[in-house]
Amino acid sequence: MLSTASVLDVIGVTKRFTAPDGVSPLTAIEHVSLNVRAGEFVAVVGPSGCGKSTILNLVAGLDRPSEGRILLNQVPVEGPNPTVGFMLQKDLLLPWRTIVRNVEFGLEARSLSRAERRERALRELRRCRLHDFAASYPYQLSGGMRQRAALARTLAIEPAIVLLDEPFSALDAQTKLILQRSFAQTIASSSITTLLITHDLMEAVIMSDRILVMSERPGRIIEEIPVDLPDRDDPMARIAAPRARGYVDHLLASLHLQEKAA
Amino acid sequence: MSASDLGAAVERAGALKPVAAVPAADHLAPAGVSRTSILLGSLGFGIVFLLAWEFLPPALGVPSYIIPTVTDLAREFARMVQRENLAVHVLSTVTIAAAGFAIGSLLGAAMGYVLGMSVFIEKVLSPYILGLQIAPKVAFAPLFIMWLGYNSWPKLIVTILVVFFPIMVNVLQSMKTVDRDLINLARAYSMSRWQIFWKIEVPASMPALMAGLRIGATLAVIGVTVGELVGGNTGLGYLITFGEGQANTAMVFDAIVLLTLVGIALYAAVAMIEARVLHYIPRALR
Repeated sequence: MLSTASVLDVIGVTKRFTAPDGVSPLTAIEHVSLNVRAGEFVAVVGPSGCGKSTILNLVAGLDRPSEGRILLNQVPVEGPNPTVGFMLQKDLLLPWRTIVRNVEFGLEARSLSRAERRERALRELRRCRLHDFAASYPYQLSGGMRQRAALARTLAIEPAIVLLDEPFSALDAQTKLILQRSFAQTIASSSITTLLITHDLMEAVIMSDRILVMSERPGRIIEEIPVDLPDRDDPMARIAAPRARGYVDHLLASLHLQEKAA
Repeated sequence: MSASDLGAAVERAGALKPVAAVPAADHLAPAGVSRTSILLGSLGFGIVFLLAWEFLPPALGVPSYIIPTVTDLAREFARMVQRENLAVHVLSTVTIAAAGFAIGSLLGAAMGYVLGMSVFIEKVLSPYILGLQIAPKVAFAPLFIMWLGYNSWPKLIVTILVVFFPIMVNVLQSMKTVDRDLINLARAYSMSRWQIFWKIEVPASMPALMAGLRIGATLAVIGVTVGELVGGNTGLGYLITFGEGQANTAMVFDAIVLLTLVGIALYAAVAMIEARVLHYIPRALR
């Protein structure tokens, strides 16, 4: 599984935004370089407002870097790219569509026949164990099921990389555990290359192969931590591993969270 | 407890979660009050009201040319059916209200979508739109009669005009407030501007459009009534001025009741369409 082919390369990327006063530019991220190899699961952690989501928007091609380059399978990202799948905290399911039609949504910009679309959508729903709910509407599903439907929609386009922007943070603690395991199984069994943005340190430790730690704004990558734990496909087993706690403590220290007042 | 035990326990807890909470239809009713008693209460109130209308004014010596009794209204209604071609007047009012509502909604929605698509046009036109929105549209009725004569056109145009604005404003507002993340999702899937419009913006605007249609349905009846009041010789609004000229109070009352019924019918039709279009919104939230 550990192939060395790089799927995503972010090379010396800086992103500045024009401040509301229009004078002083706001630097969201500065000289960020990272790479994600095929089949790898990389997590990015950092304090709020450190530009984690900016990275995601840049990789998705929704925004352009002020400096630096972003390569996806060695090709520069110059706009929205059909090989990037992204998922947010919000499931972004269209309430007026059934679940299967929601999963088809991402395929509708492509030249696929109606039957091919439906077939692929149903296959993804099976993979995410949701095929019994294909004909349901989003409001009929629980929060965890809705996020799984969003994952099915993301995987349906067969992305080269999946970007997850805090996909579990709106869920209750129990649903979160179940969903983390469900995502981990799906992602591991299909060797999906993943970049996870999160503020939950334990989540980063139990789900990823490698953790990148970002500083406060302007966001920079200050540390890279390979997670040397078994069971990447089972976060619940990793939670129980005593060494997981050690990684979290290390992250706490490197983010200087202990010294900070609320 | 091992990790897998925990997992199994959590899984069970998750499985117990209700998939779709079906809200009880009468969950807003006070405890202990059933739907039937509410219905009986409403009916009872209506009956008491009609009885009071029938017997109080005569008992207090109010003459029937000031407040006609319910039986007076019924008698006058029968006379209007026989002598005043009531069916023709009702039909005329219904046709113009429905046509004006349909055309006004269509134009209003189309304009709302156009302005919603182009920030530039919207910014340029917004002061004029605001002005026209505030201007009392029914006051244009005499103008249209001077231009177009005593026929159906002035009534139709006034109706279109009063229906147009609330619907346009509602659609425009919903276009401006579509979830940016949904648009970004569609953009990330390389959808064209046109696809984003049809697949996201139009369906997302449906609740606002339906709310606009509800307002428009009641305004349509006002528009057509004003049009008929100021000009022409057909329609329930005309019967009101005609009855007024003859000091026939019962006729005026009957025409008002019929206009109300036309409005209720139009509103009910919109509510039915809304229930079909917005079927995906759980009832309690609608």
